[in-house]
Amino acid sequence: MKELKPRYDLGGDEFIFVELAQEMSLEANFRGIAITQKLREKNIEGVVDICPSNASYMVRIDPEVIHPHRMIEELKAIDNSIEDLSDIQIESRAVDVPVLFEDPWTHEAVMRFRDRHQDPESTDLEYAARINGYDTKEDFIKAITDSPFIVSMVGFVPGLPFCFQVVPREQQIEVPKYVRPRTFTPERTFGFGGAFSVIYPVQGAGGYQMFGIAPAPVFSQDTRLPDFKESIVFPKQTDLFRYRAITREEYDSIREEVEAGTFQYKTCDISFKADEVIEDPKKFSEMVMRRLYND
Amino acid sequence: MIKVLEPGIETTVQDKGREGYYEIGMPPSGAMDRYSYLAGNLLVGNEENASSLEITYMGPKLQFEEDAVIAITGGEIPPKINDEPVPMWTTLTIKKGDILSFDFVKSGARVYLAIAGGIDVPVLQGSRSTYTLCQIGGFEGRALKAGDELKIGEMQETSVKEGTAIPDEFIPAYKKSHEIRVIIGLCSYRLTEESKQRFLDLEWKVTPEANRVGYRFKGERLNFVEREQPFGAGSNPSNVTDLGYPIGSIQVPDGIEPIALLNDAVTGGGYATIATVISTDLSHMAQIKTNETVKFKAVDLDEALEARKEVRRKLDKIRELTTGQK
Repeated sequence: MKELKPRYDLGGDEFIFVELAQEMSLEANFRGIAITQKLREKNIEGVVDICPSNASYMVRIDPEVIHPHRMIEELKAIDNSIEDLSDIQIESRAVDVPVLFEDPWTHEAVMRFRDRHQDPESTDLEYAARINGYDTKEDFIKAITDSPFIVSMVGFVPGLPFCFQVVPREQQIEVPKYVRPRTFTPERTFGFGGAFSVIYPVQGAGGYQMFGIAPAPVFSQDTRLPDFKESIVFPKQTDLFRYRAITREEYDSIREEVEAGTFQYKTCDISFKADEVIEDPKKFSEMVMRRLYND
Repeated sequence: MIKVLEPGIETTVQDKGREGYYEIGMPPSGAMDRYSYLAGNLLVGNEENASSLEITYMGPKLQFEEDAVIAITGGEIPPKINDEPVPMWTTLTIKKGDILSFDFVKSGARVYLAIAGGIDVPVLQGSRSTYTLCQIGGFEGRALKAGDELKIGEMQETSVKEGTAIPDEFIPAYKKSHEIRVIIGLCSYRLTEESKQRFLDLEWKVTPEANRVGYRFKGERLNFVEREQPFGAGSNPSNVTDLGYPIGSIQVPDGIEPIALLNDAVTGGGYATIATVISTDLSHMAQIKTNETVKFKAVDLDEALEARKEVRRKLDKIRELTTGQK
């Protein structure tokens, strides 16, 4: 596997921050998942929070129970115990995530904050399509919706999924964030920044390009919704989100289901080994699509 | 029952906070000045995690509909019962029908009202703390409003004698310029050596954007080491591949205005973090107001852990005092 050189550092006296790599890659993400999984299983006294993220992870501890330096030794030992990616087994689920692209609500927000954008003359979607070399926005939307994204991190606010597309590196979409962050982003906005797509769980500030809106929530306190009975957040790290472009009609009908408390995401459990994805992302993505929609 | 006649600027129900949910993006919330909050609970004989009111800048006006034992700790926002001044950091009794109100803030920014029994609100994910950004926890997920009625809970462990007072040596005093201790690290390699030094040398001014999520500071631009941005990070030199933000961590979006994240922090994002406020000084951060100044002092882990022990020793002393037991 690609050589990762983890860097261990302190975030004050309660946090250990471990940077596995400075750049985003599935290798770094899977390695973080594997390490934090093993750490969880070890049930070490004094560990308060275990937070895997994209190419790094963080552990919060009670330093009076476990000394930060001892914690770092534990983490190094776990890291050493993971030989290669074929060691890493991931229990995941594929999810069909409907998105209405170029919707009226995010469009209004797009227009309101043109002065904070790299290209005030185009919309976020037009701009992103162009700088990624697509002739039309339709081609660009097709690229986003053709292959699933893996939820590589959950955070910022409760339930916000950072999603990294499972495609070969040369096909990966990358966009800058807004020049200056917005003060407003509609709830459930489908956004893109760096190499990550996201759904904003709640209305608020934000700096990602806005492409559309999801009718279904990723954060909800409505326990009538089957997906939110156990937790107020839906996304889990390692989920495979397939963003599906929908019409306004389907958007409205899903919204009605959400309001009625009956909406449920279409999902399918998928178990895989990390190296399957790294070796042939295209084949893996096709398998996910097949399993989600045909099986 | 306690009736809210006037809510103050931002009065919320807080306890020690919500632990174990950082990985889903849920910050701990909880009392920002943990030291004052814990001292308050000790003064009324509550269990450690009993919920209190966190009062910001301007106090509320509360009518007690039953007799209660209370204590007010934190910065200096002088309390009054039926318009008569009463001491802070002291076990007080308040009678049915009495009105608790506050004078203008003299120093600090936040006080804690501990009530024997705590404030009875539903427990969400192990905590009664309010997280206003997502409108969850506390009293209906929000700051108090006029007309709200608070129920007193059953989180009292022992009774403390009226008039029990915490000696001055255990009461922090706040000026308008502050020194906050940090551990440099995380992604501090992104800053130039010169900017790293400037970060520690400058007196940073607290902007109006100073709340439970974080404090933003004005000073001068800090510069990042030039590089080709790694894949996934985004184009601004202050960007990194999105990562977790520790509570107390300091980031400098675009190099312009540092932000220190606090109890209601966003849990992660794509800005390089350069240092972290040590856990004991988070209590001090809670007492800093807009337009005051902060100087960050770099310390090592040993000093941070020693400061932590010192705070625990103080709280143990206060416990001896309130319970009369060693």
